[in-house]
Amino acid sequence: MTAHPTSNKPLDGVNVLDFCWVAVGPMTTKYLGEYGATVVRVESAKRPGTLRRGAPFKDGISGINRSAYFASYNANKMGITVDMRHPRARELMLRMAKWAHLVTENFTPGTMESWELGFDQLKEVNPGIVMFSTSMMGRGGPMERQPGFGPVLSSLVGLTNLTGWPDRDPVNPYGAYTDFIVPRFAVAAILAGLDRSRRTGEGIHIDMSQLETNLHFSAPVLLDYAVNGREQSRMGNRDPGAAPHGAFPCSGDDRWIALSCSNDDQWEGLQRTIAPDGVGWPHNPDFATFLGRKANEDELEKLLSNWTSSWEVGALMETLQSAGVPAGMVNDCRDLFDDAQIQHRGHFQWLDHPEIGPYATDTSEMVFSVSPGSLDTPAPLLGQHTSHVLKELIGLSDDEYKSLEEDGVLE
Amino acid sequence: MPGTQEGIDFLLAPYRVLDLTDERGLLAGKILADLGADVLQIEPPGGSPARNIGPFYGDDPRPEKSLFWWAYAANKRSVTLDLERKDGRALLERLVAEADFLIESFEPGYLEGIGLGYDHLAGINPRLVMVSITAFGQDGPYSNYQASDIVGMALGGFMYLTGDDDRAPVRISFPHFYIHGAAAGAAAAMLAHTYRVTSGQGQYVDVSCQQAVAKTLAHAPQIWDIEGAILKRMGVYRQTSGENRVRINWPCKDGYVNYMVQGGTVAYSTRALLAWAEEDGLDVTELNAVGWEELGYGAITPELMTQLSGPLGEFFIGHTRAELVQGSLDRRILLFPVATPSALQGHPQLEARGYFKEMEHKELGATVRYPGAFVKSGDGRDIAGLYRRPPLIGEHNLEIYQGELGLSVQEIESLKRIGVI
Repeated sequence: MTAHPTSNKPLDGVNVLDFCWVAVGPMTTKYLGEYGATVVRVESAKRPGTLRRGAPFKDGISGINRSAYFASYNANKMGITVDMRHPRARELMLRMAKWAHLVTENFTPGTMESWELGFDQLKEVNPGIVMFSTSMMGRGGPMERQPGFGPVLSSLVGLTNLTGWPDRDPVNPYGAYTDFIVPRFAVAAILAGLDRSRRTGEGIHIDMSQLETNLHFSAPVLLDYAVNGREQSRMGNRDPGAAPHGAFPCSGDDRWIALSCSNDDQWEGLQRTIAPDGVGWPHNPDFATFLGRKANEDELEKLLSNWTSSWEVGALMETLQSAGVPAGMVNDCRDLFDDAQIQHRGHFQWLDHPEIGPYATDTSEMVFSVSPGSLDTPAPLLGQHTSHVLKELIGLSDDEYKSLEEDGVLE
Repeated sequence: MPGTQEGIDFLLAPYRVLDLTDERGLLAGKILADLGADVLQIEPPGGSPARNIGPFYGDDPRPEKSLFWWAYAANKRSVTLDLERKDGRALLERLVAEADFLIESFEPGYLEGIGLGYDHLAGINPRLVMVSITAFGQDGPYSNYQASDIVGMALGGFMYLTGDDDRAPVRISFPHFYIHGAAAGAAAAMLAHTYRVTSGQGQYVDVSCQQAVAKTLAHAPQIWDIEGAILKRMGVYRQTSGENRVRINWPCKDGYVNYMVQGGTVAYSTRALLAWAEEDGLDVTELNAVGWEELGYGAITPELMTQLSGPLGEFFIGHTRAELVQGSLDRRILLFPVATPSALQGHPQLEARGYFKEMEHKELGATVRYPGAFVKSGDGRDIAGLYRRPPLIGEHNLEIYQGELGLSVQEIESLKRIGVI
């Protein structure tokens, strides 16, 4: 068995030994699997990863193979179970490292070293190997072992400070937001590392601090402090370059339209839509110039909200877009599945999982003209591919395999 | 020679990128430039529109002083070129012949319309990897929609889940819609490059920012797909299971801290916090009596949360952020700062890792502290970094047009005179 039987993908032939867990690592290696790499996830049956225990579960019943959260981030991967604390685990993993071009992990720094599987040791058996390590704070430094997870990191990197209403407490960007910023940087860096290894024959250890990576998503804000001494903070939905600019209520329960006017054409499109005969509040001289709209933004938002609230949100989006006004409905997750563009792109794909049944997972946001990716296999059951990987991919004999099994290494 | 930068031996040193993007796509080329690629930013004469985005150095709104530009153009070189003119297109074609990557973020169909679509460029250089970054992708029902940041964050599903439940959904006050797509553009470029290495063939990649944002929603789409439930925004709270939620952010004396009450394996953190509150003279007798060790993730009920809010709120507001952060380190409490830009500037971990890099802006007589490389080597080698301050408009015109393409001084003068460069 191979994970991707019919393939013409960028990463065909790239072998990945994947120790990543939770979200940031698995999302990174999901891209690699989607584009052709053979990704083998190492899990432990004794200490199953966080996401395997994370909702939603099929029929609401929890179970180690029933999390759709785990299943989404681990499509196209194979899974093996190894008890890393077993004395024979190291030798087995070094055999895997000979097979691999890339080893990935997102443990607290020092964990791989504690198993004597640090970069130096991996390089001894495979000089060209690329190792990718990512942790919250990066390797070294006084806080390298600081615990935490997504919602914590949003606060640490300054994004929480930039989110919410100025007259209220700041709020976190939804979920473990920073976990989803890091993977694209990670994929670029990993492939750059593999490219260099291919050219030079020399392995490399890539160390990615999620704190440092995320700061690139607010770099101008940091520069503003560095050179101007200004502490930027949350502005609700306001924007210095547009007025109106916000989310406004539509008919129905919790329905909203996001819209913005950053130039006269867009504002005139909005005027024409609200007051086509040239009469009414949009033609109030207070709103005639951009600075006028900015100075009277509270009033403008109030009048606009009155107008939007009688509209059905989808119809309003289409009407405003055809008038040249940037507008979009505030999609909830059901809307997202129904969204015409998301459907056109084939964003969600359903895979058939032996315990969950058909489940939705997201495909990549990229469409390749020659070598497209695809998600073909559901996430592995715990330990599903242990025998296949060890016997077929790295060539363990039946006896060797049996001995590892009897010794309790493969748990 | 294209694609080799003097003194720079980072991961992507052999490669040349033509970056035609504006503010929507600058980060893609920045990521590749940080990894060592030779990135030529192609600006229209007069400069990129991204240079009009504030804040500005010294609050002086000039194109050479945009901090947005600085942040996302550092490490790149700049040449100016008017794509709307035949001579401009001819120059671009000459650059394409020697380039490895071209990245662009125009409206779908724009380049095709001026005769610079992928098919034409691939005719010049079949090995070219071309990446387009747009709001919704090159085709489909929204492909001609106008999309500002807030519109994209809404359509991507992010906003509905963010903000207070009694007000409108909110975006992040720094625009993320396009830079999610731009970061994906860098990953896409490297995937296509990897294919080129084995096949010899270039290709075209079409990136959707809406999809990139939809990929930030964690398990919210799966909760709709599997449970038929629609997750909603809940302000400073985080849903842990069913009706249960815990508060994430709390006001303190001079800002905010992040603290999530947890039991089970991290009950020690809650116990330590309660002990500290007690030292402050707060009455936490009832909270001490809770069996925290037995409360797993998701087991903090709304009643317990309400009971906690009074004393904890009072405790936090009595201390500064620095006191809370230091005290929590000493007492093994899982509490973190809600960091502001000033706190990040002096962050002990960032300092220890040498994250920020000083770069000299000679023309301003200033040295500026920049966020550094997003990645390091774990084995002490230089694989990425900051090595060139952001370019002035067309700063490298001579270097490229004369030095590389061999145009004469006369020709360059003519092109300037007729407004092509």
